[in-house]
Amino acid sequence: MIATTAAEAELAVQARQVAQASDGYWKGVFRRVGRDPVTIGCALVLLVMLLAIIFAPLIAPYDPYQGSMIRRLRPIGTPGHLLGTDELGRDILTRLLYGGRLSWFMGVVPVATAFVIGTFLGVLAGFAGGRINMLIMRVTDVFYAFPSVLLAVAISGALGAGIMNAILALTMVFIPPIIRVAESVTQGVRNLDFVDAARASGAGAFTVVRVHVLGNVLGPIFIYATSLISVCMILASGLSFLGLGTRPPEAEWGLMLNTLRTAIYVQPWVAVLPGACIFVTSICFNLVSDGLRQAMDVKG
Amino acid sequence: MFFYLIRRLIYAIPIALAVGFVCFMLVQIAPGDPINAIVPPDAPQEVVEQVRRDYGLDKPLPIQFGIWLMKVLQGDLGRSLATGRTVWSDLHSAIGNTLMLAFSASLLGFIMGCILGGLAGTFRGSILDRLAVTIAVAGVSVPHYWLGMVLVIIFSVQYNVLPAMGAGPGGSADWVWNWEHIRHLVLPSITLAVIPMGIVTRTVRGIVAEIMNQEFVVALRGKGLTGWGVFLHVVKNAAPNVLAVLGLQLGYLMGGSILVETVFSWPGTGLLLNSAIFQRDLPVLQGTILVLSLFFVALNLLVDLVQTALDPRIKRG
Repeated sequence: MIATTAAEAELAVQARQVAQASDGYWKGVFRRVGRDPVTIGCALVLLVMLLAIIFAPLIAPYDPYQGSMIRRLRPIGTPGHLLGTDELGRDILTRLLYGGRLSWFMGVVPVATAFVIGTFLGVLAGFAGGRINMLIMRVTDVFYAFPSVLLAVAISGALGAGIMNAILALTMVFIPPIIRVAESVTQGVRNLDFVDAARASGAGAFTVVRVHVLGNVLGPIFIYATSLISVCMILASGLSFLGLGTRPPEAEWGLMLNTLRTAIYVQPWVAVLPGACIFVTSICFNLVSDGLRQAMDVKG
Repeated sequence: MFFYLIRRLIYAIPIALAVGFVCFMLVQIAPGDPINAIVPPDAPQEVVEQVRRDYGLDKPLPIQFGIWLMKVLQGDLGRSLATGRTVWSDLHSAIGNTLMLAFSASLLGFIMGCILGGLAGTFRGSILDRLAVTIAVAGVSVPHYWLGMVLVIIFSVQYNVLPAMGAGPGGSADWVWNWEHIRHLVLPSITLAVIPMGIVTRTVRGIVAEIMNQEFVVALRGKGLTGWGVFLHVVKNAAPNVLAVLGLQLGYLMGGSILVETVFSWPGTGLLLNSAIFQRDLPVLQGTILVLSLFFVALNLLVDLVQTALDPRIKRG
């Protein structure tokens, strides 16, 4: 009797799971994200930040490049300058708003580019196997032999300062890890029955990849890529902090941190503001990525 | 095991060669004639041509790589453009300092990470767990160069208890293990330790939670073992993987300390790289990156071998 009820209960659970699954995968993901206050909160912070930097020209009270020799290094809360002024008398709030544009750009663009290139190469390596796999994965191994910060510094250090060089260097840093992830998930999918079935029914390699493989591997690769945005932002600002990447008088959080470094004895709490912005953005990206990973049930 | 050791050693050779090739290419991708990386820009034309022939820069790229490789294998990394000294003479004092910093930071991060991760993994779902996870996420998300600045502001500017920069009165040459010197190491080590702390916490938490769910732990408890007894078994099972993560982190910190060294003017490879970038001193840049990445390759190899030796569950023939 008990056994029957246990079995019935299990059946009921299964039926509910099937019903939920038939709701559609994405609906389930959204529902799970909706129940996760941390992810929602962080996503909101990122959204507000994104809107603020997009509409920076409308919100910002001053010109980001216009300094004033008599109003240098004012403290936080100065009337007219809510967050104080920097070493050249430029309004910090304005520069943080404008600086976010470059910092976000340099945090997202390399990862997005690496996502496209890395996915292509990784899926190719995982699906084709054999010599192509060998070639792509061995070259990837070489880049893995460098610590990521060192590789970024090496490439942009050799190319010289500049936003494009920094983006190129960061893209090079993030392609190998994405290739590895893409290759391993593709290999996992390639040997599943439905891929064999598609092949047996006459689908060409391109069709199999487009219809059956990509749909199953893009999610995990995407989640992995989102977790890289935080690292990329820290690295990008780090490059600017070293004098690679953006150059003065450009407003960028890492560069602002660098130029304000000399002011830590005068206005310490103004000097740490750009870094706090990087920290908040990076931690939010990390938590959103973690939340998505859980909601999409991606392992690893 | 023996054959695995040999195979793994042999596999490291092409990787090391490829790393050398990438470092060689760094000077090639740099804008301008690579000859400018060897002679000062104001050298007369005849000298430039002479050097070009001497260095084989008039030959095709693969041959140039061969010549460069031969020199590197003999320990000749070239000369600094800025100081005229050999790259190696600048490097070897800097490497000692970077090792010291990276080592103390990974040790600190390792201890903190094991405590936090162990507690979080044992008491999963508790407030302690949430706290540890939060600290871990903060640790991997914080721009550590900024954390360094904040620590300097608190401990050097506001309270004036720890020095803000440098490596002490003896500098890099006469380092002594006394408080006068060690106090210079405190802030940079803490700053650099947050990254391995976050990563080790995550790893240890995952591994401990996984082990605690295994049947043998239940069996140990059933046998009447409590507290320390179970703990020792868990440690024994977790150690190989955790040590592997620690080893890799040490390598990452060797390369990643450049930003922290810049903040604290710590006279290591990072500061050397920073000034090389600033002065566009390509031989120093190339040499430093080559040595650091070869160190990383060797460390990877060592971690792999130690892990295989420690963990009988890994079978590698």
